[in-house]
Amino acid sequence: MIDFSFTALILLIPLFMFVVLGLFGNRFKPLVSGIAGTTGLFVMWVLSLITAYMYFFVLEKAVDGTFQKFLAVNMRWLTLTDKLHIDMGVLLDPISVMMLIVITTVSFMANLYSIGYMKGEKGYMRFFSFLSLFSFSMLGLVVATNIFQMYIFWELVGVSSYLLIGFYYTKDAAVAASKKAFIVTRFADLGFLIGILMLSYLTGTFDFITLTGPDSPAFTSGQGVWFLGLSTMTWSMIFIFMGGAGKSAMFPLHIWLPDAMEGPTPVSALIHAATMVVAGVYLVARLFPIYVSTPVALDVVMYVGAFSSIFAAIIACTQYDIKRVLAYSTMSQIGMMMFALGISGYGGHEGLGYMASMFHLFNHAFFKALLFLGAGAIIHSVHTNYMNEMGGLWKHLPITHITFLIACLAIAGIPPLSGFFSKDEILAAGLEKSTFLYLVMMIVSGLTAFYMFRLYFSIFWGKQTQYEHTPHEAPKTMTIPLLFLAVGALLTGLIPFSNFVTSDRLPFVAHLEIWVAIPAVLIALVGMVIATLFYRKENNLPEKVFLALGGFSKAAYHKFYIDELYLFITKKIIFNYISRPIAWFDRHIVDGTMNGISFVTNEISFRIRKFQSGQLQQYALVFVSGALFLALIFIYLWTN
Amino acid sequence: MFEGVPLQWFLVTGTIMFFVGIYGFLVRKNLITILMSIELILNSVNINFVAFNKILYPGHLEGMFFTIFVIAVAAAETSVAIAIIINIYRRIVNIDVEKMNEMKY
Repeated sequence: MIDFSFTALILLIPLFMFVVLGLFGNRFKPLVSGIAGTTGLFVMWVLSLITAYMYFFVLEKAVDGTFQKFLAVNMRWLTLTDKLHIDMGVLLDPISVMMLIVITTVSFMANLYSIGYMKGEKGYMRFFSFLSLFSFSMLGLVVATNIFQMYIFWELVGVSSYLLIGFYYTKDAAVAASKKAFIVTRFADLGFLIGILMLSYLTGTFDFITLTGPDSPAFTSGQGVWFLGLSTMTWSMIFIFMGGAGKSAMFPLHIWLPDAMEGPTPVSALIHAATMVVAGVYLVARLFPIYVSTPVALDVVMYVGAFSSIFAAIIACTQYDIKRVLAYSTMSQIGMMMFALGISGYGGHEGLGYMASMFHLFNHAFFKALLFLGAGAIIHSVHTNYMNEMGGLWKHLPITHITFLIACLAIAGIPPLSGFFSKDEILAAGLEKSTFLYLVMMIVSGLTAFYMFRLYFSIFWGKQTQYEHTPHEAPKTMTIPLLFLAVGALLTGLIPFSNFVTSDRLPFVAHLEIWVAIPAVLIALVGMVIATLFYRKENNLPEKVFLALGGFSKAAYHKFYIDELYLFITKKIIFNYISRPIAWFDRHIVDGTMNGISFVTNEISFRIRKFQSGQLQQYALVFVSGALFLALIFIYLWTN
Repeated sequence: MFEGVPLQWFLVTGTIMFFVGIYGFLVRKNLITILMSIELILNSVNINFVAFNKILYPGHLEGMFFTIFVIAVAAAETSVAIAIIINIYRRIVNIDVEKMNEMKY
């Protein structure tokens, strides 16, 4: 047995960097803090690669051939009762090790990229310290040994996301976006907390190994009907999923994600594409055995995922801000992962969806981070977010162009790039479960190819835009991460994922389903061809189609008015009919009572203060008469 | 001395002195007179102590000691009180108790 306790360092290094950069960052030159932060993350990256290698290839498997699931580090942090205690530690199993790689890789790349991207920005070291804080909290989340540790780090990622979205705190839109992100996810986390409390109340433990083990108390307790025909356990899992849906921007809690694009682009790449937003998927995967035992909750995951996926894909086709297109695309892809989890069963081939979901998560992290970093490089050189102000950039930004194209092909699912393999597994798993949802996912695939190539052609081809300054290629610190991630997007699909990450940790062989793959590739090609026709050369086709679809396309352009709906509900209904009456009650009844008490006291004391005449003899008279009176009473009582 | 004097006589004397003291304390306006009234009250108590000691516990001396103790404390207290009165007099050139109402509300 290998000692894995060094994995604690993976967590402590970014924490240390955060503290150092946060407290002393001002004393260094900006570049020094950037390099220091990146070096810290580099060490962390190497450590996680070593961990992954040792875990998957060196560490012997358990007796039944599964990958071991064990606590590398554990310490008791808070004791509630003898049985119920909150620990802090590092849990290693295939998904947490996989997430370690994803997070540290993307984190390191985004940091390296930021050295160039953020050059000359105010608050350079603040940015790097926040990035380190984020890495620390995200890693703490994935290696959490128990659901409470996960919750703590879950909130910490929420905070770091808030801080980074609002990084340009002088910009009103950024401030509003950060608040929106924080409040929406916080609201979702309320559900998460309720779910945790219910789950721990029913099972008497927070521990993941106990909870998801073969004889978990979660399978037996709380299975009776409780509310609306569902068992307590089902409700608790639905509540926990609510937290996951909030973080992963699932419908209807997705409204914060597009706005979160106000943050600096490396942040969008790291937090809002590759790592934090998949926390919800990770959460469901982490508690997957319990979800399997509560099929209704799993169906909720499936439907929410599928709906969010197609919903976001449609909106993505109509947006012009390139980062927003990518944000909706992220939401759509995460919806696919959720869907894949929702259709999955437990164990062996049944668990294909689970494996596909994790596989897609892994691939998605690379190509979506690449897309965002590429978008950052484009924005960096042309100083606009809007694709209709771009065009013909291919000759100005050759490296960005190539890497962006690779990422687009990967996300569209063109073989042999990474997205193809994982999407194929998802579709194969979907076909086994339900034809209807399979068709929905096919449409999503087609739409994905369409909007990605709409983006690609509008940016790099399309009309020949005249720029004020000739756009120039980004510096090396920015192109190296692009190239690295492009290699990732090219190759990660070839990893035989089912050998490593499966629902029951038992490797199995997943075949490429050729009859699923061909239609999927075809529909992706159709999407690409349509996009080529529309956007390769400047023409009026898109406009015609947009008008032909009438109200539908207009609604999609306005994101189906979900934001307006939220505003209506919060401002018009909640504020007017709940908050105002409560405020009135507070001001008039609660405060009124208190004010009344003080008023009466004041009034009475004002009136009786004349007793304090300052006349010594008057006091003495009162005292003596009192004493006499008492003496008489006592005499009377004693004599009777 | 005082052999055969009944206890009641002492008690009556003490009571009269006590109420005279109380009366003086409540009615007189001069601070010095008020101080004298307090002395009367204390001495009425002393008489009671001595009388009870003599009649009830002839062999003991506790009542006597207590009386001496009270006299000593009263002397100290009086000296402090007179010091205060002198200070008040210096300040407001008056020792009328009714004029001293600075501490009212």
